[in-house]
Amino acid sequence: MLVVYYSSSSEYTHKFARKLRHPTQRLPLLTRDEMPEIDEPYVLITPTYGAGPNRGSVPKQVKKFLATAKANRTNLLGVIGAGNTNFGQNYCRAADLVAAKCNVPVLYRFELLGTPEDVAKVDEGLEELCQRQQRSEI
Amino acid sequence: MISGEKLTLVSHVDAINWNRIQDDVDSEVWDRLTANFWLPEKVPLSNDVQSWATLTEDEKTLTMRVFTGLTLLDTIQGTVGAVSLIPDALTPHEEAVYTNIAFMESVHAKSYSSIFSTLSNTKQIDEAFRWSTENQNLQRKAKIVLDYYRGDDPLKRKVASTLLESFLFYSGFYLPMYWSSHAKLTNTADLIRLIIRDEAVHGYYIGYKYQRGLELESEARKQELKDYTFNLLFELYENEVQYTHDLYDGVGLSEDVKKFLHYNANKALMNLGYEAMFPAAVTDVNPAILSALSPNADENHDFFSGSGSSYVIGKAVNTEDEDWDF
Repeated sequence: MLVVYYSSSSEYTHKFARKLRHPTQRLPLLTRDEMPEIDEPYVLITPTYGAGPNRGSVPKQVKKFLATAKANRTNLLGVIGAGNTNFGQNYCRAADLVAAKCNVPVLYRFELLGTPEDVAKVDEGLEELCQRQQRSEI
Repeated sequence: MISGEKLTLVSHVDAINWNRIQDDVDSEVWDRLTANFWLPEKVPLSNDVQSWATLTEDEKTLTMRVFTGLTLLDTIQGTVGAVSLIPDALTPHEEAVYTNIAFMESVHAKSYSSIFSTLSNTKQIDEAFRWSTENQNLQRKAKIVLDYYRGDDPLKRKVASTLLESFLFYSGFYLPMYWSSHAKLTNTADLIRLIIRDEAVHGYYIGYKYQRGLELESEARKQELKDYTFNLLFELYENEVQYTHDLYDGVGLSEDVKKFLHYNANKALMNLGYEAMFPAAVTDVNPAILSALSPNADENHDFFSGSGSSYVIGKAVNTEDEDWDF
């Protein structure tokens, strides 16, 4: 299952994504860069920014990516949130927002770089999602 | 006041120009910290007076002690820790962020006094502060950290600081989360959640600056710093376990607190760019504590079940922003 993710220069989400067995694609760091168009089903990983309501929890790059092409929204199967429970009810808020906006589920949440268990669970879940996807295509 | 060597002040300072940023993270974190700004007076602590009256004497003593312990850490971080990072800063904006962190730590330290004056009385307060000066494990924790702040290695100072922000507070933070999960002292818990949120940004930022510094070092030095980090964490951890027993044995919560320590030690390491050290078997924090911390934290472990609560199509959330134009 293709995984598309955004990771800022702090590289937290990048460190998680590179441990996955599944193919990954990182979104450009700069908003002025051109965003890719994804033409196959995929899962998005997004960190959460900002201090709370109305402060832009969803990274601008993720918004631009989703707005760039309709395919980026129709091919989105689900969202995985990266965050920190210290942020209370805003933990993984960006994932909740993207999921609600695109009408897809939040599949998983992990903190910071993720633990080995998080990596294993996400790998397994993505595998299952792949199979489910193949079955539905037949 | 810390006695000892005199503080050396720089002889020249350039005017800070926020329109020329060398590291975007500096301005992002500044914005985040200022947006998060709060004062204890905004939290209706007096609504907890009735709840406080339902605690037993032992529970009250425990709570007071936990909060004086946290006060000591915040005092250290505000007057020594964050300040000691300023001379090591690579950009003027990084210096400015540390001044914000230092001030906010002083707000945190003062907010415990607001809790005390709302809930308790002078005699109990004085007793709790006396306990904090006499508890060996608390004093040892303070001494370990202070010694590293006084050392001459800027990166080691950042490690000590990140471990303080992201690990050492949590033996204390456990208790208000525990009370909150039992519907007790819920306003106090709201205030502590504000502190917990701030410490996350502090730990993230100082850990980030550590990793930027580490990139410039040789392989040998990177290894030295990694060994140092894990050794210091072990030293602090062993002390933290003793401290936990001092506080929580009486109420039978020590084992539960230790899981919370392991969980947060892992997060502290991650803030420094290292992998988690404690395995999942010992980081299974009580779900009630986790959900007191974050209401959706316990939904983590239900991946793709197809039936669990996590596999629900996004519920309507107030969309926050302007630019969702599609």
